[in-house]
Amino acid sequence: MAKITLKINNIKIETDSGKTIAQVAKENGIYIPLLCSHPDLKIKPNCRVCSVEIRNQKRLTPACSTIATDGMEILTASPRVKKARKTNLELIFAQHKEECSDCVWLSNCQLLKLAEENKATINRFNDRKTDYPIYSFNGVIEFDSSKCIDCRNCVEVCKNQGVGYLEVYKRGHEMKILPTEKKHIDCIYCGQCINHCPAGAFEAIGEFETIERPLQEKDKIVVAQFAPSIRTSIGEEFDIEYGKVVTGKIVSALKKLGFDYVFDTSVCADFTTTEESKEVIERIESGKKLPILTSCCPSWVRYIEYYYPEFIPNLTTVRSPQEILGGLIKTYWAKEQKINSKKIRVVSIMPCTAKKFEISRSELSVKGMPSVDCVLTTRELARLLKKHKINFDKLKPQNIDNIFGEPSGAGVIYGASGGVMESAFRTTYEKLTKTKLEKIEFESIRGLKETKEAELAIGDQSSRIAVINGLGNAKNFIEKLKSNPDKKYTCVEVMACRGGCIGGGGQPLPVSDEIRLARANGLYEIDDKTEIRRAHENPIVKKIYSEFLDKNKHLAHSILHTNYHGQKRGKVTKISNY
Amino acid sequence: MPSDIITQLKQSNLSGRGGAGFSTALKWEIFKATPSNLKYIVCNASEGDPQLSKDGYILKHHLKDVIHGMKIALNCFPGSRAYFYLKNDYYKKYSGQIKKLTENLPIALFKKPSDYLAGEETAILEAIEGKKPEPRPKPPYPSEKGIFEKPTLINNVETFYFVSQIAKNQYYNERFYCLSGDIKNKGVFKLKDKLTIREILKETKNLPQYEFFVQSGGTLGEFLLENEIDQPVSGLGSIVVYDKRITNPVLLAQKILKFVIYQNCDKCTPCREGTYRLSEEFLKKKFDKNILTDLFSVLEDTTLCPLGMIAGSSISSLYFKLINGKNNLKNK
Repeated sequence: MAKITLKINNIKIETDSGKTIAQVAKENGIYIPLLCSHPDLKIKPNCRVCSVEIRNQKRLTPACSTIATDGMEILTASPRVKKARKTNLELIFAQHKEECSDCVWLSNCQLLKLAEENKATINRFNDRKTDYPIYSFNGVIEFDSSKCIDCRNCVEVCKNQGVGYLEVYKRGHEMKILPTEKKHIDCIYCGQCINHCPAGAFEAIGEFETIERPLQEKDKIVVAQFAPSIRTSIGEEFDIEYGKVVTGKIVSALKKLGFDYVFDTSVCADFTTTEESKEVIERIESGKKLPILTSCCPSWVRYIEYYYPEFIPNLTTVRSPQEILGGLIKTYWAKEQKINSKKIRVVSIMPCTAKKFEISRSELSVKGMPSVDCVLTTRELARLLKKHKINFDKLKPQNIDNIFGEPSGAGVIYGASGGVMESAFRTTYEKLTKTKLEKIEFESIRGLKETKEAELAIGDQSSRIAVINGLGNAKNFIEKLKSNPDKKYTCVEVMACRGGCIGGGGQPLPVSDEIRLARANGLYEIDDKTEIRRAHENPIVKKIYSEFLDKNKHLAHSILHTNYHGQKRGKVTKISNY
Repeated sequence: MPSDIITQLKQSNLSGRGGAGFSTALKWEIFKATPSNLKYIVCNASEGDPQLSKDGYILKHHLKDVIHGMKIALNCFPGSRAYFYLKNDYYKKYSGQIKKLTENLPIALFKKPSDYLAGEETAILEAIEGKKPEPRPKPPYPSEKGIFEKPTLINNVETFYFVSQIAKNQYYNERFYCLSGDIKNKGVFKLKDKLTIREILKETKNLPQYEFFVQSGGTLGEFLLENEIDQPVSGLGSIVVYDKRITNPVLLAQKILKFVIYQNCDKCTPCREGTYRLSEEFLKKKFDKNILTDLFSVLEDTTLCPLGMIAGSSISSLYFKLINGKNNLKNK
């Protein structure tokens, strides 16, 4: 590659050609502020905050989109640049209603940081959008259009998700982002709009007005469970390094908040695997309803139900781990503890906004009760801790309560793309072949590659599997499946969010591939260090099957399985902003 | 001799007539040098600026020559196909004739969406691809990556007309001017290129005897006082003359800004928000000079496409020359 030489702020730099000015600056430790740029998305240059001065060019130039060329002399903080940056920030603030205390960005708001750095007067102009309404997407996701700075990241990410629910209407100062009116398109609640909005205009329902509610029912026994991926992500909210495992601290934190019991959802990932593996073997033997599609991801399930109902029979009927755990808590555990199950409240801490929708599905109840009563996102738990001034980093780790306390390594990697498949493979292989896998790590389906395929030899059978992360990729996959039915797959894992649950819509902000990988690696580390790494070998699984599930077949079915149906389009409610 | 046309263009010094004034020969050369087995040519007859009517005039009187110019381009660039990109009225009026004249030629007609910005060259690419007509960041320039990523040459109707004249050795360094405002002889005139505004007004018998100022270069062109008109028209070939005795420059600013706040694409902050705040400011009783200066400079310095830039310089020229410090001006 050709080398170029240029100067940034009079520092001579030699670099490869083909990079943007922003990239070159970053590599050389020179700060250029970026706002509308997100590493997952295309460069738009819309916000103009990164404008820099290039010698002999008449106008300022956006650093994010301009390719650095030989001989350029760039100034990133000249008086002219600073002034333009300040004014543009003031203009951005003029369309953004601040509601900082209730914002998903709270402590790491890029807008406020930039305003401070550039001494921008954030109220120099009147907020022109104060009376713009809030849109509630079926009571799961909320879009407060009075905060929107028109950068369009949400529109792009929603389109990348294969959904296209958010659209740009009108132009000029009348431009608005609105949920589409097209009847064949509906939101699937993945929450990626939240993760990609620099202005905090999107949030999940409940963020953060109702986070105290689950703990306010004094006469109830409140049980918390937390998803696999939380243990390597929540630390970020407390300035702990990316990917650091903080399982024990989560337990202490939840106890400190007043939860009576704390369980690990990963344990029930082991149930999901064990049960799903039976289904896989059945379907392989009968040759029916293949490929089998995973159903742990509620956005994916809703996507299939709404957009591709013809694939509903392919979804595994096994419930997601949080639902199985909720069901077991309210039946098996309640019985063991001699507690009236009506007095139990199950609260799940999830990396996910769509899980808030999942718990409202009536087919997921057990004995007429919802298996899970409330979902808090990772962000919501972090906010709750901050509100209660609990210093997370200083907490002494505690053990998870019996009996749902010790997952297999396979249960923990559920939080990363490929984890469900890897766990299912470990179990299915051994059950089908009755031999032990020599190498249980399945590296080719780990990582952030959008579609990962592998050919597996199980005994004398060969089967093709696919692991997909990002719903847009899943859409392409399904379309290919439809147009080329001869290409047979046995199992397909789909997670709606990039990287799987570690990149979920309820996770701490910001997110990038670097962060996603760190979170995933943390989970794989746990797996490496855990003695039991196969779901079906988990003693808790064995015990509960033999003591309870195998003896109550009918009840077991209602705890472990569900059914699916076509979905109606969700309602959009417009809520006035005063 | 079509193969020599680029040399002829070079010798003629023809510059594009769409507003930017880029050398036509150079544009064609770059386009030619970009390797691709499919290339697009666009004849831009979108003429969205309310002060312009010369494209319509050329279509009415010189349509055959325009198509001849397009044919020269098609022959010059192997593997090329062309679009005739017309605004709605022109499409209605001339599509029948164009279809007849372009039979057996790889020229397709395309009706421009109603948005003003859909005439901007990169927005044209989006429109033809069936997307919302909004400008793309440059580079890449259309001549490298245009419609569906293919190299695309976009020239104005007038440019194609003069390409034809050049090929026929009938080019006499002329261009079309649109004259309007408080004058008697309004209309489209073909005169020498690079005449000064004063010369143009004189030659067309339009030089006012009263106190006046002009705007040249389209609705978002610069405002010039009487003592500043000894310079050629820049950008779009239009001159609007205002009678200073009866024109309220604040109302004029409001009118222009109203046009801009509805017609900008909304993508970039300085244009979407900056022009909105300018329009807000000009409705106030007292103008905040600091705010105005800051807004002018982000518009001139940081917008994504030329629209915001020229809007800024246009209103800035109006403000500093005719509003600032003139206490006798009333808002309404």
